[in-house]
Amino acid sequence: MSKPLLSVRDLNVRFHGERNASALNGVSFDLAEGEVLGLLGESGSGKSVTLRTLLKLHPPARTSMSGHIRVGDTDVMALQGRALEQYRGGMASMVFQDPGLAFDPLYTVGEQIVETILAHERIGADAARARALELMERVQIPQARRRLDAYPFEMSGGMRQRAMIALALACRPKLLLADEPTTALDATVQIQVLLLLRELQRELGMSVIFVTHDIGAAVEVSDRLAVMYGGRIVEEGSVADVVQRPAHPYTAGLLASTVVDVPRDQALPAIPGAPPDLAALPPGCAFAPRCAHASAQCREQVPALQAMEGDERHRAACWHALLQPAHA
Amino acid sequence: MSALEQSAVADRGGPAQPLLSVKGLQKHFPVRESGALPWVKKGPARKVHAVDGVDFAVAKGETLGIVGESGCGKSTTARLIARLIDADQGSLVFDGEGVAEFGGMALKDYRRNLQMVFQDSFASLNPRLTMEEAIAFGPRAHGLPAREASARARALLARVGLAPEQFGGRYAHELSGGQRQRVNIARALAFEPRLLILDEAVAALDKSVQAQVLNLLRELKEERGLTYLFISHDLHVVRYFSDRVMVMYLGQVVEIGPVEAIYGAARHPYTSALLSAVPSMDPANRTQRSPLAGDPPNPIDPPAGCRFRDRCVHARAVCAEQAPRMLPLDADGRHFARCHMNDLASGYASSAPAANPEAVQ
Amino acid sequence: MSLALDAGSTPATLPAQRSRGYWSRVLRRLSRDPVTLACAAILLLILLAAVFAPLIAPADPFKGSMIKRLQPIGAEGFLLGTDELGRDMLTRLIYGGRQSLLMGVLPVVLAFGIGTSIGVIAGYVGGRVNMVIMRTLDVFYAFPSVLLAVAISGALGAGLNNCLLALTLVFVPQVTRVAESVTTQVRQLDYIEAARMSGAGPWMIVREQVLGNVLGPVFVYSTGLISVCMILASGLSFLGLGVKPPEPEWGLMLNTLRPAIFQNPLVAALPGAMIFITSICFNLLADGIRSAMDIRS
Repeated sequence: MSKPLLSVRDLNVRFHGERNASALNGVSFDLAEGEVLGLLGESGSGKSVTLRTLLKLHPPARTSMSGHIRVGDTDVMALQGRALEQYRGGMASMVFQDPGLAFDPLYTVGEQIVETILAHERIGADAARARALELMERVQIPQARRRLDAYPFEMSGGMRQRAMIALALACRPKLLLADEPTTALDATVQIQVLLLLRELQRELGMSVIFVTHDIGAAVEVSDRLAVMYGGRIVEEGSVADVVQRPAHPYTAGLLASTVVDVPRDQALPAIPGAPPDLAALPPGCAFAPRCAHASAQCREQVPALQAMEGDERHRAACWHALLQPAHA
Repeated sequence: MSALEQSAVADRGGPAQPLLSVKGLQKHFPVRESGALPWVKKGPARKVHAVDGVDFAVAKGETLGIVGESGCGKSTTARLIARLIDADQGSLVFDGEGVAEFGGMALKDYRRNLQMVFQDSFASLNPRLTMEEAIAFGPRAHGLPAREASARARALLARVGLAPEQFGGRYAHELSGGQRQRVNIARALAFEPRLLILDEAVAALDKSVQAQVLNLLRELKEERGLTYLFISHDLHVVRYFSDRVMVMYLGQVVEIGPVEAIYGAARHPYTSALLSAVPSMDPANRTQRSPLAGDPPNPIDPPAGCRFRDRCVHARAVCAEQAPRMLPLDADGRHFARCHMNDLASGYASSAPAANPEAVQ
Repeated sequence: MSLALDAGSTPATLPAQRSRGYWSRVLRRLSRDPVTLACAAILLLILLAAVFAPLIAPADPFKGSMIKRLQPIGAEGFLLGTDELGRDMLTRLIYGGRQSLLMGVLPVVLAFGIGTSIGVIAGYVGGRVNMVIMRTLDVFYAFPSVLLAVAISGALGAGLNNCLLALTLVFVPQVTRVAESVTTQVRQLDYIEAARMSGAGPWMIVREQVLGNVLGPVFVYSTGLISVCMILASGLSFLGLGVKPPEPEWGLMLNTLRPAIFQNPLVAALPGAMIFITSICFNLLADGIRSAMDIRS
């Protein structure tokens, strides 16, 4: 198997402030070239923090990070200054949840895309504008030439999100990080953007990490899924494996909460309790307080990811997984 | 007997009478565009047709789900029903009595029977009040003595699953989203209302917490014989939770009917499009085509005829000429849709197909 | 039935410390801010000195001796020197604190009361009432405060009470503006809509739901006005429109010591130094309170 494009090992991130929060606790995963990884989780799970860490977007004064991040041949943790600026946007770029906030309201969309291109590549302003136009057309914005000179507030939500995707792709990054890009969109717009992302990813061969709390959206675009809880990855595998044969009780609970095919007169299967406080994580498995299968071992020891029977790439971090672990 | 007890509206009219009957509800907001000088307006006055002629009825004890995308008017409709904003036209009849009209019930009494839970659980709570104070405020406003109001608040906190000794003295910022929403529900119940409007009440919660709150709402409904208006954008949840569903588009109701009829046999092209836009949960059967192109339009000066015709694959010439009527589709008179395709008298069948550049080909 | 009972009682979901109200949190943050504490201490010192002036002042503030005029700082028997009429500066400064603080703080307190009332009414009711109130106040707001204070004071005549009245009138529009702005913002929030939905009357809503959220920002703003008011009051006295001699008051002392500035500049500058220190302390205190109140959860 060829070397994965992205390799993350033992990533730990803590925020210091009035209280200290352990946002990420030993996160490790790989991402192959051209692969789409869906990162699922609820608030406080660490999914957005993971993306921001990959671009080193946290304020350095209040954050302590440790671990290894390698993208291509670049050691991201060691990047600083000019090299870091080149990396952001050039090798890895991000699509944010609220396009209204990601764009500067004082400049036209075209100007902002051109600015990004010029910051990374040595081409003339005309060539940059031509490329911006090409990008706007590629993200299927109607009347792209006119929209290039439009201000963000003049565009609808769906169009702004497409423009943001164009902005993120401006310098042909190898890694696209999408932080809940469709959460704020209406249903009929969301499906358009999801299909667009899938198409662009196939065309350009990018690797994508797609963060969301909406399992349906993740299923539509991802090849693999990773479920996060309490700053750790608790399950990962192919989309079919995770969605149809969940191994971790939290994943199973999350799937049940999507309210698909629940008979109307029955109570919903609900996970009791609430997501954990990142400043006071329990010593063992973070999910143990809410888990019906929890034992003493679960409360004392953090389980490691282990492969499940059937597919060694389907792994879960659970002492009492719902499936049989491989070579148990 | 305090004013609170006095204004309790007992059931009149029995089960056959709808609890809430809305007719011809309309609300237009002016669009203020000015030229160089502030009193000079550019062009003719334009209006946002936020709610444009909405009729529906809610039966006692049922849950009516309301779905639609941005600009459809569902939130404005909710606020009109709650009388937080005044309608331009239209009537509200609550269990046979007009509201705040000549001879009808007073607004204060109406407020006691109809409560609302908002989407933003944090903004719905006053940061300076404890949870117990927040819940007790309403009953006290209706004349209940402070001590009884506090006792009622504590009982309600316990009912929604928050131990009163622990949570009564807390402030909004100390609670999680799910806990805050429970407090909001408790506050709404403090009046013993008969109708509860849930305006995206679970949308901002994590999915695992959402399931808990939905279960709580189900229990409360059975226990207290409540009627719900459930506004949501999550079509899975609406299907599970509602008895009937109303679909809105650009300020109008386009389809309304029993939940299985809407989800199984939708008779309006927008409803079908909306339902097929829900992402697939099966990786082997991913969605291949988007049912609609573009964004939901802004309800400023909507087009003549059918408002959906610009994006509809089935549009024909008659759709631009005549506005479709809301017609019953089944013998029971429970499923209605507003589309020429269902109307034999509309001339749809013989009309020429419209060239529709905005519809998905 | 299962669910609800677990929802909140798991200890992990609630922070361990005792629940604190907003104001107690603010006080706690203030107590950790050294600059604010220092300023508060200095102001307290000045205030106590002014209140207990008869007990601690070394001499009679009105008794002077022409022989001993304009003694330098550190002269024998006169710790801070004497003024142009031979009166002990230290005593005059201590006694002067009474008038100066009174003229600096009282108008702001009155303006806070009046301005908040008008502003909250204007903000909550909105519409035409708001327009009438705010545009009327805008007329006053359009005048620079110094000019307005001088004009009103001049029209009413010199003297302490007229001066206080003039200063109050100058600050009422400013406080009203802030109160109206905050009330308008608060009024749109969901919890006020929820309060309206409960059928409560407007007075009850304003009293119980709105005021608690409005008083804070208005209080911070008003605290910042104290130093401005002090300086304005001193200015009025300097111009002869406020306190009349021989009353000790820092602004007036600045005026009367002006001709002596070349003979004994340090002594002549002392009243100004007091105004300076007091204003800065009030400003820093106001800043500190504002930071402490800006708690983001």
